[in-house]
Amino acid sequence: MSPDLPHTHQHEHEHDHQAVPSDPALRVKALESLLVEKGLVDRVALDALVDAFEHKIGPRNGARVVARAWSDPAYKDRLLSNADAAIAEMGYGGMQGEHMVVVENSPTVHNLVVCTLCSCYPWPVLGLPPVWYKSSPYRSRAVIDPRGVLREFGLELAEDVEVRVWDSTAELRYLVLPERPAGTEGMSEDALAALVTRNAMVGVGKVSLSKVGSAA
Amino acid sequence: MNGVHDMGGMHGMGPIVEDKNEPVFHEEWQGRIFAMNLAMGAWRKWNIDASRHARELIPPAEYLRMSYYEKWIDGLIELMVKSELVTRDEIESGAPAGGSAKAVPAATRDLALARISTGLPAKRNLDVPARFKSGQRVRTRIMHPVGHTRLPRYARGRFGTINRDHGVFLFPDTHAHFLGEHPQHVYSVCFAARELWGAQAGEKDSVYLDLWDDYLEPA
Repeated sequence: MSPDLPHTHQHEHEHDHQAVPSDPALRVKALESLLVEKGLVDRVALDALVDAFEHKIGPRNGARVVARAWSDPAYKDRLLSNADAAIAEMGYGGMQGEHMVVVENSPTVHNLVVCTLCSCYPWPVLGLPPVWYKSSPYRSRAVIDPRGVLREFGLELAEDVEVRVWDSTAELRYLVLPERPAGTEGMSEDALAALVTRNAMVGVGKVSLSKVGSAA
Repeated sequence: MNGVHDMGGMHGMGPIVEDKNEPVFHEEWQGRIFAMNLAMGAWRKWNIDASRHARELIPPAEYLRMSYYEKWIDGLIELMVKSELVTRDEIESGAPAGGSAKAVPAATRDLALARISTGLPAKRNLDVPARFKSGQRVRTRIMHPVGHTRLPRYARGRFGTINRDHGVFLFPDTHAHFLGEHPQHVYSVCFAARELWGAQAGEKDSVYLDLWDDYLEPA
């Protein structure tokens, strides 16, 4: 460490004097106890919030939106022109999905969503983001090397496909409307929804008939 | 601020590692700190822009070392201390200061759930004139504010085209510092990938950013 960096030294000095345990589980436990004791949070409210994000808000919501758009052309038009209202029709909306935009994949256009500054993500339709979406490798590379990123997810795009990266650093949140796979004609909305993966709705995957049942 | 959080275009971060069967929270504490952040937000002592800025202020080496929810621990502590909801001594001792009055939680279960289902819109229905229109060529400002901003470094001083006008939104650069909402238009701006990254980028590829009026000038 260079001696001419007083700020760095000062910071380390302060850090050394923190008495809080370094294990995040212990730190969080201590913090929750303190906040409850001070009457700043209600444990029941915390339980309800965890439950909502573990069991109610997740990529199955987005999958139902996509399946409906595939099945109902008028709904798809509404979804692409006024995503907030169309998503609300399905009963979804709220925090980190207040202002939605839906972008459509086609044989000639592939959309990919990232947030390079933090980890902005459309919670009401996709739930909380997976670790890879929040990771430095994805955040750093999605904008400069989207085709390389897609290759890592097993998706090789032809040269003539236009890649559009949506860096969602403002308050607009993006959902990718994937291409409906061939061979799904006549399938019910429920059956279609079961095909739609989270990765396809972020734009790092495509929907295929072989990936039945998983939202991951 | 030109922090390490602004990582679009950086090299050397390694491969993307995907866990195919990932739980929402890997460990219980992650859910608890996430929920505490939401519940403490109901005190309305700060806003989402201030929360993001609190995490950006984590020193770079620690920011890169920490897992996502560890940043939420440090960010929340900083916000609570700065807004005087808790003291540094209380954080360190884990117990309320002697003689301090007990509060009544701002977020009951119902209020906490109502906040996530109604959200916290950043859009403002105000009649603010738009400086640009769809199809117009613009250039992003060259600026390096020490405070919070949502104009990534890789897109400063670059030419793009207004794709669409999203309407009027509060301005994070002032809102994060409690200096007012300064509502203004936000536009989807399309940048050719080669304008940002040069010849290595795909000829037909592009990057879209949602940018506030104050980030843009006519080209």
